[in-house]
Amino acid sequence: MTTQDNLTTEFAPDAPALSSRVARLWKANRRSLSDLGFTLLLCVSVIAACQALVSTGIVSKFVLPLPSSIPSELSGLIDTGVLGSNILTTVWEALCGFAIATGLGLTLGALIAEFRVVERIVYPYLIALQTMPKIALAPVLLVWFGFGLGSKIAVAAVISLFPILVNTIAGLKGCDQGRLDVLRALGAGKWDRFRLVKLPNALPFVFSGLSTAVMFALTGALVGEFVGSTQGLGYLIIQANSQMNIPQVFAVLLVLCAIGTTAFGLMQLLRRRFLYWSPNEE
Amino acid sequence: MGKLQRFPEDRRPAANMSLAAAITARGLGKAYATNAGEPIQALTQVNFEVGVGEFVSIVGPSGCGKTTVMRILAGLVDGYTGSVSVGDRVVHGPTSEIGVVFQDANLMPWRTILANVMLPGQVLRLDKAASKARARELLTLVGLSGFEEKLPGELSGGMRQRAAIARALLHDPKILLLDEPFGALDAMTRDNMNVELARIATQAGKTVFLITHSIAESVFLSDRVLVMSSRPGRIIEEIAIDLPRPRTLDVVADPHFAATVLRIRRLLEGSPGTSPRVTLAH
Repeated sequence: MTTQDNLTTEFAPDAPALSSRVARLWKANRRSLSDLGFTLLLCVSVIAACQALVSTGIVSKFVLPLPSSIPSELSGLIDTGVLGSNILTTVWEALCGFAIATGLGLTLGALIAEFRVVERIVYPYLIALQTMPKIALAPVLLVWFGFGLGSKIAVAAVISLFPILVNTIAGLKGCDQGRLDVLRALGAGKWDRFRLVKLPNALPFVFSGLSTAVMFALTGALVGEFVGSTQGLGYLIIQANSQMNIPQVFAVLLVLCAIGTTAFGLMQLLRRRFLYWSPNEE
Repeated sequence: MGKLQRFPEDRRPAANMSLAAAITARGLGKAYATNAGEPIQALTQVNFEVGVGEFVSIVGPSGCGKTTVMRILAGLVDGYTGSVSVGDRVVHGPTSEIGVVFQDANLMPWRTILANVMLPGQVLRLDKAASKARARELLTLVGLSGFEEKLPGELSGGMRQRAAIARALLHDPKILLLDEPFGALDAMTRDNMNVELARIATQAGKTVFLITHSIAESVFLSDRVLVMSSRPGRIIEEIAIDLPRPRTLDVVADPHFAATVLRIRRLLEGSPGTSPRVTLAH
């Protein structure tokens, strides 16, 4: 392409083509664009309403923070380095707990789904454990695993284990018999049937479990910190709360929201990477 | 006569011995327990032989037990009476001398078409490079070259079934078992697939055993048709099809074709298992 061509296209664009393209783009995305607009509008109005309610004194500053005070609170936390180290602590606890839960959930799930004996022996305990609110274990876990990171990791693992376990079992057991017959007719052993058909077949379920579990792990880490800790975002919230520093509580909540969204986004990326074949994936 | 025409130069020497049996079924019987607990005799005293290089079909109404025969041959059914021999060896389970094509293509949706066709190679621990080369050849044979890297979800039902046929041939089994492979396809596609199947069977030089409920299909494809009746499932007649090969769809205009189809229809109508009372009970 010559410079002349460039100039022509730049200065005399094909006007009808361009406008029709914009029109088509607008048409295709109109709904999502207008939805986004309303979402933003709602957000701005809620913030404005809070600001109005608190600044006029209708609602006390100690109940609801002045929205405009949160950013300065947040930058204060960042500047002193408090936020960074506490984020690291909480994320680390959640990640370790999640990793343990994933390993345990997949292994245990596979054993239960594949071996009748294991299922018969272990299943009653699983149901008993599942029906119990696992958060109630947090104080005991604190005693068992100490005041440090260990107990938080344990709470995160215990809470996030079940969604992975239950989904793994459901995915492995719900395997298409026709696909298994293909392997059986070839004389494939149990291990081949597992790795070549059942496991990939169960992946959509496993990923549903993992997506839930990642959120549960974050919750677990925070609960662990609430029960007793000297660091982490949960500790930061408890501390700010006890000092009636409500803006700081909300600043940390915002950070948690960002962490949760990031984790969810990463899970979706992984999902798309591994489940490219699943009709439920976009 | 016709047989030698079907299998030109590339046939294995053993296949020329038209007396040799590829499959021998002796006194096959199978009873299922109903939910009420009383056993139902699905099959009784099923005897037949399939010669090496022969194309034999079983035709019968739904529920006559023909799929059970196929599943016994494929080694997918336990607790049957009688015996199955492949060559001169009695088999009690799946054997790599048989390749199976099921009613559904049963492809693994997470594998590309090429990887799906290579699956038997993985199960039977065949050399990967050789497996891949053969899979490509077979995909060409079934008319799917160029679709190697597609996922099953991107193919039509007919193309998926072609891939399933290629997969069944990967480990070069001597016998191809097909259980209503085109049952889920529309009539036009089905006719075309039958012509293709005849071509593939000829080119691959396999002994073929086909299960179908379409009389015309069985006559069009086979050297010999076993007519089956239900309650209990048994073979009521064996009919040799003396139509020249290769056959085209024009063969339906052949008076011998029409007469044979009519004869089988009469046999099925006259058999007690297909009396209206029983049919309605389904």
